[in-house]
Amino acid sequence: MAAAIEMTYREALHKSMIEEMDRNADVFLIGEDIGRYEGTFKVTRGLFPKYGHRRVLDSPITEAGFSGIAIGAAMAGLRPVVEFMTMSFSILALDQIINHAAKVHYMTDGQITVPIVFRGPGGAAKQLSAQHSHSMEGWFAHVPGLKVVVPATPADAYGMLKTAIDDNNPVIFTENPGLYGIKGMVPDDVEYRVPFGKAQVLKEGKDISLVGSRSTEQRRSYWRKTASTPRLSTCDPWFPLTLRRLTIRFARPTARSWCTRIGRAAATGQKSPRESAKIASMIWTPRFRAWAD
Amino acid sequence: MAKQALKQHTESPAELEQYYREMLLIRHFEEKCNMAYRQGKAGGYMHVYIGMEALAVGWMNAIKKGHDYVITAYRDHAHALLLGTDPVKVMAEIMGRKGGTSGGKGGSMHIYDPAHGMFGGWGIVGGHVPLGTGLAFSSRYRGDDKVTLNFLGDGAANQGVVFESLNMAGLFDLPCIYIIENNEFAMGTRLEYHAADPELWKRGIPFAIKSERIDGMDALQMRKDAQRIVDEVRETGRPYFVEVMTYRYSGHGAADNDRQLYRTKAEEEEAHKRDPVKRLEKVMAERNIMTEEKMEAIDAEIQGQVEKIYEAADASPFPDPADVYQNVFSDIEPEKGH
Repeated sequence: MAAAIEMTYREALHKSMIEEMDRNADVFLIGEDIGRYEGTFKVTRGLFPKYGHRRVLDSPITEAGFSGIAIGAAMAGLRPVVEFMTMSFSILALDQIINHAAKVHYMTDGQITVPIVFRGPGGAAKQLSAQHSHSMEGWFAHVPGLKVVVPATPADAYGMLKTAIDDNNPVIFTENPGLYGIKGMVPDDVEYRVPFGKAQVLKEGKDISLVGSRSTEQRRSYWRKTASTPRLSTCDPWFPLTLRRLTIRFARPTARSWCTRIGRAAATGQKSPRESAKIASMIWTPRFRAWAD
Repeated sequence: MAKQALKQHTESPAELEQYYREMLLIRHFEEKCNMAYRQGKAGGYMHVYIGMEALAVGWMNAIKKGHDYVITAYRDHAHALLLGTDPVKVMAEIMGRKGGTSGGKGGSMHIYDPAHGMFGGWGIVGGHVPLGTGLAFSSRYRGDDKVTLNFLGDGAANQGVVFESLNMAGLFDLPCIYIIENNEFAMGTRLEYHAADPELWKRGIPFAIKSERIDGMDALQMRKDAQRIVDEVRETGRPYFVEVMTYRYSGHGAADNDRQLYRTKAEEEEAHKRDPVKRLEKVMAERNIMTEEKMEAIDAEIQGQVEKIYEAADASPFPDPADVYQNVFSDIEPEKGH
């Protein structure tokens, strides 16, 4: 077991990119203001002086165009990491990502792969209003051919970005402006990888599992410490609840309020899938909403 | 005078015969595709190259096949055929068969054969132009001497991503040749109804890209111009923008049954006088390279060859239904039960 170092989510991404660029000469970065300006969220700070404009490209503000160029480069065997200043801007590049990157491997019947990562911050942050706050992962997850990942912690950010760069398929890697500054322990291991499609178990429970993604965990910790939101402590979803208790205590207006605020609630049964289906439908069906309101 | 005439005729008789055979292969192959479509043997959207053969012959003979990159839109059969893709696989793909270049998953618009430098075959107008620019970017990145031929139609020339690509090709110095196959119609919309300035060749100039307009109906002139431009780009590593004037005799796609909605019969007849195949035949006759009988014999030979291609493709089975889920990802197998 390698030693771990405390660092921020931002530093974890930064370290991950440097290590992968050093390891593989085919890895390059492209995006708006990532070079000389060091990135809007400073994730790429110091990379331009280190690697130069050959491998850290300041692109014009043309999301569709530079995404397409990166996809073409990936088709020729390079491994681009594309930064969107925010994931909301990936909407300008949807045709390139969905109708080109995601389809290449399929339409060529496996003759061409597209090893590319599209990364950047998504989701709500402070006072960004509507155009900069999209959580694109839900949209992208509907597209066959795209892998979508949402790292929650610095260790995830570090290990999942490495996995994404290794992957031979297009990967949508969504970060969050509110997460860049959070700290956590990150393994000091160049070979560290976090596999896709496997959740991290934060707390073992007996009856049900509650699943969140990205900043859910951080918000939970924050709210638990915040006295002004006492109701959350009564339905904190990370505490294992029995089904009976859930129906009595959890399924109250606070539950819906929590789900709405978090926007990311799902339940899966550890023992019986039917139980989890029941819970999920209880949380989300209109009947429940009417009841909760 | 005599010396100058000699200098003009740089092509050997063997070369002329090769170009002639290639043009006939495209024409008869495409005619067969049209027939297959009418008989219900090919489906989807199908766009043939009849009338534009000189363009593909000129450019494909100017590059290092299998070394350089070629990418185009959905009118893509000719490019693959001339790059050396097995014509049976191309026809089988058009017919949706397992033996096709993409196992039947691409169809007419999506012919891919990267081993021969053919990177498609794309269905969104203008959408592939950034990808081609990216292929050229890889050459710049690696420092190899590959040249990318990035074909697009006159309709695609209005797409935003085309301008975005030109800007970055100029900015990053990418060895990419943008070739507008200007057949005068964006589907059913005539050039002057879709372009504010119909002189499309000028569109490279704002991006510091050397630009020009050339004739695409004369195979020999096309061949020379293409070689001149390919050599220059290989040497300089800089992009180039070319508008090639051509004409498609067929409709936009196989389902375009009423060409008179956008052009007159008289105009088509006028255009047929510039038929690139007839033009090459005339040159060969004038230079005493080939008799009319020999040309007829070659034509019959190639028609027979296309028949054999079609029969071989038709013998290929349709893909297994389960194949529809294969190759969505390179490393995730379809779930059991699909």
